[in-house]
Amino acid sequence: MALPKHTEIHYRIWHYIYLTICASVFFFLIAPLFVIFPLSFNAEMFLSFSEGMLRLDPDAFSTRWYKDMIYGTKNPWGLAARNSFIIAIFATIGSVLLGTVAALGLSSRHMPYKGLIMAVLISPMIVPLIISGVAIFFFMAKAGLAATHTGIVLAHIILGTPFVVITVTATLSGFDHSVTRAAASLGSHPINTFMKITLPLILPGVISGGLFAFVTSFDEVVVVLFLAGLENTTIPIQMWTGLREQLSPTILAVATCLIILSTLMLVTAELLRRRSERLRGINR
Amino acid sequence: MSSETQKILTTDGIPLEVSLKRSERKNKIKAFLLVAPLLLFLIITYIFPIGSMLTRSIDDKMVTEMLPKTYKAMEKWDGKELPSEEVFEAFYFDFKNLVEEKREGKLSTQLNYTKNGFKSIIKKLRRKSKSFEEGNYKEQIMAVHKRWANVEYWRAIQRRAPAYTGQKYLKGLDMYKNESGEIVSVDEDRRIHRVLWLRTLEIAFFVTLFCFLMAYPIAHLLATLPMKYSNLLMICVLLPFWTSLLVRTASWMILLQQQGMVNDFFVWIGLVGDDSRPEMMFNKTGSYVAMTQILLPFMVLPLYSVMKTISPSLMRAGKSLGGTPLVAFWKVYFPLTIPGIGAGCLLVFILAIGYYITPALVGGASGTLISNQIAFHMKSTLDWSFASAMGLMLLTGVLAIYWVYNKIVGVDNIKLG
Repeated sequence: MALPKHTEIHYRIWHYIYLTICASVFFFLIAPLFVIFPLSFNAEMFLSFSEGMLRLDPDAFSTRWYKDMIYGTKNPWGLAARNSFIIAIFATIGSVLLGTVAALGLSSRHMPYKGLIMAVLISPMIVPLIISGVAIFFFMAKAGLAATHTGIVLAHIILGTPFVVITVTATLSGFDHSVTRAAASLGSHPINTFMKITLPLILPGVISGGLFAFVTSFDEVVVVLFLAGLENTTIPIQMWTGLREQLSPTILAVATCLIILSTLMLVTAELLRRRSERLRGINR
Repeated sequence: MSSETQKILTTDGIPLEVSLKRSERKNKIKAFLLVAPLLLFLIITYIFPIGSMLTRSIDDKMVTEMLPKTYKAMEKWDGKELPSEEVFEAFYFDFKNLVEEKREGKLSTQLNYTKNGFKSIIKKLRRKSKSFEEGNYKEQIMAVHKRWANVEYWRAIQRRAPAYTGQKYLKGLDMYKNESGEIVSVDEDRRIHRVLWLRTLEIAFFVTLFCFLMAYPIAHLLATLPMKYSNLLMICVLLPFWTSLLVRTASWMILLQQQGMVNDFFVWIGLVGDDSRPEMMFNKTGSYVAMTQILLPFMVLPLYSVMKTISPSLMRAGKSLGGTPLVAFWKVYFPLTIPGIGAGCLLVFILAIGYYITPALVGGASGTLISNQIAFHMKSTLDWSFASAMGLMLLTGVLAIYWVYNKIVGVDNIKLG
């Protein structure tokens, strides 16, 4: 951001102070994530940079923690990863189906008690997770679903739907309803209209809501801590246990993989958001 | 011409008004049916269980059901002198039933909550009651232990008569009902919960403040920079937002440990000596630093979306009318960003007040919040009714803030990413 030539000196100074403040806040936000990456290649057991690493000595770096993560005999990461993916995928499917359908109803101008119902639908996002955890645990225990995959999937559907409802209603807010009326007047069945016209148009919103639901489930630990038995362990549970007991560099290897995964999701979500805005003709 | 004929009819001969109403109703039902599956699902699996926390937190039927005859006989007792033979007799028969069902242990635990000293005298009563003779139970029970002849203990039993109690809520505020039924605070050095509530509020408040102070400048920068730069910088905000909470907490655990990089840096610039590295983790500092960084994106995003809509010509107009940049900022720009500030602050505050994972990992003993206490009672002491009571107290607070949030910003305006 260049300043005009005539800017007075004290504004100039102020401007650079402002930029410095911004730079340090960005540093504070992003730097902690980049610490993990090099440390996960540490050849030593320690969680700080060894002298060899600072000298960029190739011997000080190794992929042993990644090997340990994948092949380690006592490591539960394989089971945890499989559980996490299975649970997150089913929870995403459930959230997207329920959330999208509900969002379609909510966006209709005929919907009665819109405010109240919206408040109920997004309440799992507002209520502190610990309270959701306690309540969901009571329900699952009563229903005999505690310590089962089904129970955790249902819990994650509860937590994931608000994101789908919000993103899809947002997409539908710019939706031109005359296209569906046009389809209907041309004799299309409502379901056919939905599949051929509405769905392709709101798809970016649906997918980004689905991504949010996926991340919510994949990253969720509070509710799972109440619900999971030994069989249902997930990546967040293993990280939680690892962080409480002792920080081993294997956790950093896992963390690096998670950062890469979240970067991929972020890029997908951003691309979808832009596409959606282009489709709806919003130019910013 | 009568008014009947003036009505506009549809092709099937039904008045238009009626037909419109009918189709309106049909549309309403259609819209509602779409929402119904999710609504029903949430009500059954989520809203209803939260409601059941309420009954769980005030439920005190256990003792009431264990001593039905006693409480019936106690109705006539004024609680001043020792109860009559009638009460003792009823108590003896209730107790005999409990011993047969092997439930007297539960009774002693429950009564011990109300008054210390029940455990041993109930054990003794169980042993002696086997050889009780018929009649004159008052004498026989009082002979078991002198506490059975103490009216205080009978009053303690009487206090457990109601099937519902607010006792757990009082306990959550470090208060209790004493013998004469007044609500009093526990001794100063045992007030653990009040300290926790205050600390939760304090940490949530300061985390919100820090987030605001850090987010305001960068949201402004993001909103005023040209698109191609701001998109790049936006990633710095969004990447932490999408990254696992545990990963971010782990990185703070690495940075803040005593041999960690932050301490290394402090030693290097000579702020502290190598032998006196400060503890920055497992205390309040850890909670503050990690929570601020983790919640910062939730402040930046609402601020950014408001600032994006403010036209830069407004500031130029302010300056051209003779205001210094500072005056122009304060009188023109800042008031326009207030909706964003409100949204961001309330969002961060709501999230911070219920935080659990990060304080549990980096907070140590002095940096934990009320959520940690709830989890502790759920998992360790198994006092679920107390956990429910505290959870509902927290929920009430959050809902109050949420209500304010809704008044100021509206739920529909929540933006994600």
